[in-house]
Amino acid sequence: MHELSVAQALVEQIENLVLERNADSVTSLRVLIGPLSGVVPDLLAGAFPLAAAGTFAEHATLDLVEAPVRVHCQTCGAETEAAMNRLLCGTCGDWHTQLVSGDELILESVELQLSEMSGELTRPENV
Amino acid sequence: MCDTCGCNLTPGNRKFAYRPVEPGATTVSVLQNLLKKNDDQAAHNRAHFDSRGILAINLMSSPGSGKTALLEATIRALKGEFNIAVIEGDLETENDAERIRAQGVPAHQIVTGTACHLDAHLVHEALHHMNLDGIDVLFIENVGNLVCPASFDLGQHVNLTLLSVTEGDDKPAKYPVMFRAADAVVISKTDLLPFLDDFDPARATSHVRDLANVAPVMQLSARKDIGMETWHNWLREQLAAQRSLAAGGSTRRPAIQPDGAALHTA
Repeated sequence: MHELSVAQALVEQIENLVLERNADSVTSLRVLIGPLSGVVPDLLAGAFPLAAAGTFAEHATLDLVEAPVRVHCQTCGAETEAAMNRLLCGTCGDWHTQLVSGDELILESVELQLSEMSGELTRPENV
Repeated sequence: MCDTCGCNLTPGNRKFAYRPVEPGATTVSVLQNLLKKNDDQAAHNRAHFDSRGILAINLMSSPGSGKTALLEATIRALKGEFNIAVIEGDLETENDAERIRAQGVPAHQIVTGTACHLDAHLVHEALHHMNLDGIDVLFIENVGNLVCPASFDLGQHVNLTLLSVTEGDDKPAKYPVMFRAADAVVISKTDLLPFLDDFDPARATSHVRDLANVAPVMQLSARKDIGMETWHNWLREQLAAQRSLAAGGSTRRPAIQPDGAALHTA
């Protein structure tokens, strides 16, 4: 059940962001998860409210985006979808492939509710 | 990966990076690994190992597949050649550290309580209790578990995953995250193969290849001293490689498809 550790790390990361931005709270956050990251989206969704209780993220909506498993074949060059335990080329069947997508565990974006003190930041920004 | 200019956007996630926002709100594009704090601590641990020329190996497997027995036999055989130290991770007891100390090398036991894996902070804390002067190889024996340990970087240079012949040869297909992360796989307890007609080492290897993993698969029995020379040679090669990297001021991480990782940042 290491999803709780992951949820705690996630909350810590967004709390730092709230403090940096002098925001009031977190409205929503979007996380990209591939199955090969070893984190189960449903379990992370279940653990998140526990980790977020009493923090700026307490009322935040967690938006989980599941990344597909895709491989690039080094033999024939095709890019195809694959099962997480059979990363074979869907075109020629070779196992000499590179993962293009499917092991992500990324905090993509956070929507913050701004306090009046924090200025006119209404455009999306990179950190 | 760069976290400032957005070059870590991949074709898979670019479309999610921006969207319209409500007035009074702002959307901040972060694009950082969720486990960034652990990863930062792991990088610190790795730098610590590199500055001392130590090879750090993360040893993972299910419980009872022979991690500690492999370490005992390795220490007995190579004590005169390398200085070895061990960090042991278990939910409870000091038993494994005591077994290692009985072989005459330093060992520190991390008792995780109920935690199912080691993380970089636990390993860092353990390092403060160890004297690593003159150590060549540090084994970090993770909590016996084929699931969670695969997700946490500890600062190791290589991942070694054990699979004992009593477990079934389809374990790599059942636990793909773990076996995809292995830089080397050891099939252990091979002295029992004559009694287990359903375990086929070739099939186990084929399941590892299905994960697009080129890792060497070594077969051995630590207890009956079968196949140990191949394992010792692998260890010698890893230490030599680590020393030459450290001497050149660079380091290595577990090779979870370096080319695939490069594609992520493209």
